[in-house]
Parts: sequence; structure tokens; C-alpha cells
Amino acid sequence: MAKLADQLNNITKRFGPHPAFSAGVRLATNVEPDNVVKTHCCFCGQQCGIQLKVKDNVVIGFEPWEDFPFNQGMLCPKGVKRYLQGAHPDRLLTAFERDESAEGGFRPIPYDQAIDYVAYEIQRIQSAYGNDAFAVLSGASLTIEKAYLMGKFARVALKTANIDYNGRLCMVSAAAGNKKAFGIDRAANPWSDILKAEVVWISGANIAECAPITTNYVWQARENGAKIIVVDPRITPVARTCDLFLPVKPGRDVALFNGILHLMIENDWLDHDFIHNYTVGFDAVAEHVREWTPRRTAEVTGVTERAIGQAAEMWGEAKSSFLLHARGVEHHSHGVQNVLGAINIVLASGRIGREGCGYATITGQGNGQGGREHGQKCDQLPGARDINNPEHRAYIADVWGINEKEMPGAGVDAYELFRKIERGEIKGLLSICFNPKVSLPDNNFVAGMLDKLEFYVAIDFFLNESAHHADIVLPGSLHEEDEGIVTQVEGRVIKINKAVDPPGDAKQDWRIVQDIARAMGRERGFTFNEPREILDELRVASKGYIADYSGVTYEKIERQGGVFWPCPNEDHPGTPRLFEPGSWNPIANGAGPFYFHDGKARFNVAPYTPPAEDVDEEYPIILTTGRVVSQFLSGTQTRRIGPLVDQYPEPRIEMHPQLAEKLGVKDGDWTSAESRRGQITLKAQVVTTIRPDTIFVPYHWAGAKSANQLTIAAQDPISKIPEYKVCAVRVKKAEAAPDWADGERRA
Amino acid sequence: MAVPSHMEFFIDPNRCIGCQSCVQACGECDTHKGHPMIHLEYVDRAHSTQTTPVVCMHCDQPTCAEVCPADAIKRTGDGVVQTARKPRCIACNNCVLACPFGVPKMKAEFQLMMKCDMCYDRVSAGKKPMCATVCPSGALFFGSREQVEQLRPRSTPINQFHFGNQVITTKVNMMTPKVGRAEYIDVTAAMNEGAIGKEITLNVLMDGLFGEKERQ
Repeated sequence: MAKLADQLNNITKRFGPHPAFSAGVRLATNVEPDNVVKTHCCFCGQQCGIQLKVKDNVVIGFEPWEDFPFNQGMLCPKGVKRYLQGAHPDRLLTAFERDESAEGGFRPIPYDQAIDYVAYEIQRIQSAYGNDAFAVLSGASLTIEKAYLMGKFARVALKTANIDYNGRLCMVSAAAGNKKAFGIDRAANPWSDILKAEVVWISGANIAECAPITTNYVWQARENGAKIIVVDPRITPVARTCDLFLPVKPGRDVALFNGILHLMIENDWLDHDFIHNYTVGFDAVAEHVREWTPRRTAEVTGVTERAIGQAAEMWGEAKSSFLLHARGVEHHSHGVQNVLGAINIVLASGRIGREGCGYATITGQGNGQGGREHGQKCDQLPGARDINNPEHRAYIADVWGINEKEMPGAGVDAYELFRKIERGEIKGLLSICFNPKVSLPDNNFVAGMLDKLEFYVAIDFFLNESAHHADIVLPGSLHEEDEGIVTQVEGRVIKINKAVDPPGDAKQDWRIVQDIARAMGRERGFTFNEPREILDELRVASKGYIADYSGVTYEKIERQGGVFWPCPNEDHPGTPRLFEPGSWNPIANGAGPFYFHDGKARFNVAPYTPPAEDVDEEYPIILTTGRVVSQFLSGTQTRRIGPLVDQYPEPRIEMHPQLAEKLGVKDGDWTSAESRRGQITLKAQVVTTIRPDTIFVPYHWAGAKSANQLTIAAQDPISKIPEYKVCAVRVKKAEAAPDWADGERRA
Repeated sequence: MAVPSHMEFFIDPNRCIGCQSCVQACGECDTHKGHPMIHLEYVDRAHSTQTTPVVCMHCDQPTCAEVCPADAIKRTGDGVVQTARKPRCIACNNCVLACPFGVPKMKAEFQLMMKCDMCYDRVSAGKKPMCATVCPSGALFFGSREQVEQLRPRSTPINQFHFGNQVITTKVNMMTPKVGRAEYIDVTAAMNEGAIGKEITLNVLMDGLFGEKERQ
């Protein structure tokens, strides 16, 4: 049933993406808004404060919110132009049913009828194939209230084990590594600690483009005297003026960290007291890194011994430091090992849990942190509880008013879910806040699996490319049409405020989910009247465990400019910095600052393994993927915002002139990159700011422009994150422009 | 109201990350919506990610005003050079050609020269210019001299520029490294040199690249 509904042209003509520009009242000058709403940006994990100007139920522009402490009015171009996603011509204003004869391949249908159809299909599939045959894919851009509700909806209303989320593509390697080393998964420090660090180490994080506001923290640290070390295969804008740049070969980060630790031990740049009092496992790690001599590290990482030595000395001798990493070290088939390698050099230095001594992953998605804590992950229950732990199950079953035995067990990760579709084990799917056809690796396989489903319902505000394959599309809500909380990059819980009402039949996502539950006759536990009521239940559900939100209220967030979790009671101000000596947590119960029974952090032996698909004679070049500043994730929103489209209209293949010369490619030439899975033809951008053995393609586009046609579905065995950052390709000058470039050829 | 005299504008290209937040936000300003007045360019993208933002420097003796045959460009008492006055501007392009910093833009659709007026509507009402408010890297900064001295101890603000024999003093400051001890910026001195990004970036990448030296 679920087949591509219509010719792609027909769909895009009706549903976009069409780029929207300011017009009408948005372009008029001296318009007095009806309302100015303090809220946050809808895009990345920084969650910058912003004020939205509202006129006649339309967001017409923005005003900086300078009093919000994290960004103090600063915004990136996405935040500046985010308001153009509202009142958009592509907006889904009704429910739609696939109808090949209709304009665009979908015909509008009454909302209630769509809900009844969805409920019927879920029940049909579950009674024919079992409850687990219906799966849910959710997202980390949802508020915590919605993310919590999705986990509960899957386990209680659908009784399926198979729910996972797009955080699986984002920071799960960091989460898994942090849990192994610290027992908790959260940025250890507020960003204000970056300003007090003597050394800032940035590995695999294109801060300027993916977390622009963090740039100011890094630059301000430098003004205060900090040395900046950047590890990246590309000279990113932050790398351009750093003190030390290590052009690491993609996929080799853990080797570098092991090599650094080797030199720290050799030169006794260690905090012996900290290691002794606050950690376990150092000796095994020391033994393991003995083989990571500078020579071997250089051979594996592609960084010179001299640079490795300089980095080790800068890091080793510092009195304070902050280590940041992001997807560059995490998107690997050994992503968790990369993260553990990074944590090992932090623990060996003893520089954590104090002012100016910090460590964090830079969370990618808007609610990347909060979205991964409260149960939309396949093996997790609210409060960062474990679905396999009998006590945790019993506690949450009690909150949900169900028998613990009725609660499904752990499901599978978001990619494995597609393999289950291939094996015929999953027949139906509900997706929200997730565009797997663009964002998953080897996405031609993913598209085929969407077609294989018997029934697919997508909730979204625009018809994203995955929803092209849907049987029913339900019109969801934009960020500014709902309220709720989100936890940003530092672990600070902030409040999204509603600025406008959803237009037409569009509904707040939590209402849609509750409507489905009701239509299935399972409305018990799904009768919330507002997000505040959902939060109140989550506060109970998270109480007493690691991600404790029981003291988080909308009022406290507003009063304090956010609340850092854990916040275990109403009188508690929150916890900006983790692991401070003498701090209490529910796992250690006073034994120490880390979240293990003995209160000590863990060193973990972090072995290096090559990428799943290394280069060879047939596919001799490394492909690495990432973002550009003006686009966000799968582009469902940002490819519809005209000024952002204009800023970087099409993906390009970035390559070094040495490689370009070898291939006979000049800047601007149509160039093809091909992996064992797919092929892409884009214009070349020839720049000396990338390693000569590597090409870079940003991943925000769909169809023929999608970089994820090429990427490999290899996953980390622990975190299940896909290896977006390395696969093998061959590259050549294209014989002709691609079909989509018709306009350009004429021009 | 006038721009408070202790508040100044500082440009620090060293910090710029090329994100275009300033350009996008400038286009949201109430007096010229949809028409950003900022110039943001890559210096030499083939060899570096260096970008540089340019706003109107607000010269003490503005060349644009001096060459305007219609007397359409005014400098207000608080030192802000205003965009051309619509009733007077004859769209002759003299200012566009004459400005040593390349700031004014001729908007053919309005038959009007437009340029950065330091967000006069905002700044004269006690706010910061839009670009300097949103800039996420601090490359554009609006504040007092005391503030900038405290926040940027490695840099010196300079507001004197030499273009050959022409000396220009501006209201807007350019941050320069303290180690350079420059008293003014000689703009034309480097005009016949290639972009220095070429050598620097090659060294940064290639020096750190294991095996690359051996191959060459």
C-alpha cells in the first residue's frame, strides 16, 4: 500500500519545499505587534532566547532577547529567519489521505476521519501480526512533554516495544560514553566555565556552523588567555585562528586521545590525587595506551608527531580546561570508544567538577538533551530509567497506572527498525518529528522500506520527504504554536512559550496522539488538557532517579532564566555544574560525586578500530558529512525559508586542490561521488581547508542531492549511532550536469 | 534622541565566522526591511574560511557626503552618517564610487542610495544596532570603550585609516591585535599583494598532516 504516491514533481509542486520570503505585513515598516513573546529558537541544542513579534495570529518578525543569559540576544541566521516558517504556503492545514488521482498525490480529508482510519489500521495490524508489528519513530526536537508522551503512548496505548527516535542519529554515542564513565548523561558544566578555562579542546565540532553561539564563549575564553585546540579534518571557521589545529583523518579520534594520554603518562601530566580518590580503572587504561606512541598515533591519525606532542603538552600542563566534542567524534562505528577516549584524558587531568574545569558534548537537536531522557528511546523509561530494570519498570508502571507485566520490554534502534520492516516483522509505522528518508544513512534502502509498510502515518507541519510515502498525514504544530520545556546543551531546562494558534485543522502534537489513543478506545492516561499537566506527571515519573525533574516548574524556569537538572524538589535551584566534590546524587548516595555506587568515575579502555568501510583501490577517498550554518538537519523547515536557501542553495562537494588536480576537477565543475550504495552529482568547491584524502558533503537535502544516498548504515555496537562521518567513495568529474540542474544549464 | 556619546561600534574580523547572521538580521531592520546593508565577504575562500563584515564606518568627514552633488547625505551631530535623503538623492552613484570602504549601495528600484545608518532608530532609542546584537561571534560589537577594553584585552581599537594620501578618521573602530602596535590601518599598502590567506592556511593544514611532507 505504502508506495510513492505520485510523481515527485507533482508532490513538490503542491507541497514544496517552496522558499518563503518576507512579504505583506512582515515587510511593512512601523507595524506595531499585538504581542511580543519571549521564547526560544526552534532549531539547535543551544536554544537561544528570542522574542517573536505577533500580529493577527502570525509571527511577523523577531526582536533579540538580550536578558536571556545563555545567548544575550545573539542569534545565528536560522534563528533570525525562523519566523518565516509560519503562515507558510506549504503548511499542512488539514489531514491528508494518499490519493494518486489528487493534486500532489494526497487529498485533504476531515481530521476525525483520518484519526479513525489511523486507529483502525493500528488495531488491524496489531491484531493480525502482534503489538510489536506497529512501530513509532519520534524526535528530539519535540518538547519534553511531547517526548514523554510519545514513550508513554507507545508502551501504554500501542503496547509496542518498538519506539525509537532521531536522537539515535545525533548524540547517543556521547550519551552511552558518558553513562559508562560518569554514570550520567549530561553536559558536566554550564558554558560559563568555558570562559575560565586555560585550554579549550574542541574535537569534531564545527562550532561556528553547528553551534554558532558557542563561538562567543570560545573567543571570550581566548581573550581571557585560553589556548584553543581544534581537531577536525577541515579548517572550520573556529579552527582558522585556533592556537593548534590537528587535521585528524576521519574515524581516528580515539587513536589521537590514546596517544595524548600516552604522553600525559610519560610526562606525568596527571592529577594523581584525583585519579586515586575519584576514579577507578586507570591502570588498565594506562597499560592499553602504552602502545600508542607518538609515532603510532601519527601513523593512524594522519597528524604529525610534533602536533600531537604540542597538543599533549598544552593539555597536560593546563591548570584548567574545557573539552568539547560533537558529532565529528560520535558519528562512528566506534563512536562510543571515541567519546571514552576523550573522557579518559579529562579524567587523567583531574579537571572536572570545578569552576573552569569542564567537559561536554555539544548536543545537536533542539531538545537533544531532554529528548533523550524520558522514554522515547527504545530501552529507556522516564527519568533516564532503564526499561530492563524491574524496579524501574515497577515505578513507572505505577505512575502510568498499568500492570508492570503489561509494559513491553526494550525495542530496537531507529535503523534496526527499518531492517525489521525488511524482515516483515514491522508492518505499520507512525512517525513524528523525524524525516528518515533524508536523515538516515543509505537512504535508498530506507525509502524502499517505507514503501514496504502496510500502513504509514506521519505527523508533521510540512509534507517532509518521508511523508511522501505515507497513507495518512496528520497536520501537526510548529514550535511557536505550543508550549513546553526543553533541555538545552548545558543541561539547562528552558520554557518554550506559545506565540500563535495552529492554523486550520492543524493541532498540537500531543492532542493528535491523544486523539489516536481515544479512537483506539485507550484514552486512559491520555486525557491531558495542557502541557503543564503532562509536565506534572513527568515530574513524578522522573523523581528519585538520575534525570530528576521533580522540582522543575514553568514558574521557576521563568524566575531563574532556566533550571539545570537534576532538580529534586521545589526548593532546589537546580545543578549547573555536575560532579562537584561533596555533591550528592541518588546512585552514590553520598559516597562520591559520580553516579556510581562508589561515587567514582570510570576510566574505560578505548580500543581503536578502523572505520567499518575503509578506503581501498576501488573507493579511494573518504567521504565525511555534516552541516552548513544556514540549514538544519533534514531541512524540512530550513529548505522552506527563502533567505536561508539563498545563503547556501545547493550542497557542494568540498575537496582539496591536490585531489581536484588529480581528478581533473576545477572549482564549480559538476562532480560525481559514488559509494557502494549510491551516487551523487554536485558542483565541486575546491578549497585548501580540507584534508586532501577527504571530501565533505553537507546532508540537509533530499532526493538526488541527498548525501545520505552514499553513507553507510554501519552502526556503533553500543550506541547504535550510524557512521555518517566516514565511508569510502570514488570521485570523478561528471560527464553531464544532473537532471535537477536544468535551470542552471539554461542559465 | 541622539546616539549616546560613550557607545561605540567595534568590528573584529578576527572573530568573524561568516555565518551571515548580521546580514540576515540587517534585512529585518524596520527602516530598510528586506534590504540588508552589510557587506560580508570571504577574503579568499579557496584558501581560507576568513570572512570580513563591513558596516558603514561613519567617517568624521564622509567622502560620500563630500562628493554628493545633491547634498543628500547628512552626518548628524552624534557622528552618524545617514542614508541618502530620498527627496534629494538623484541616484548618480557618486557616493558608491567614492566611498573608500565600498559601503553605499545603489538601489535602482528606489532610485536611492542606501547604506548602514548604525540602526539609528534603535541606537538613538538606547538599543544596540541589530547586527551587533545578534552577531554570535562578537565580530560586531556595540558598547563602551571601557567594556571593550575589559572584554578584548588582546586587541586595540583603531579608527584611523590611510588610503594613500587620504587619512580618514571614523566613528566605527576596527579591532587590531595589540602585538601589532598599529596606530592606523594602511589600506592601500597591501593592494598589490596576493591574499595572505594562501600561505597561512596551507601551512596550518599541511604542517599538521602526517605523511604529506614525505609524499611531496
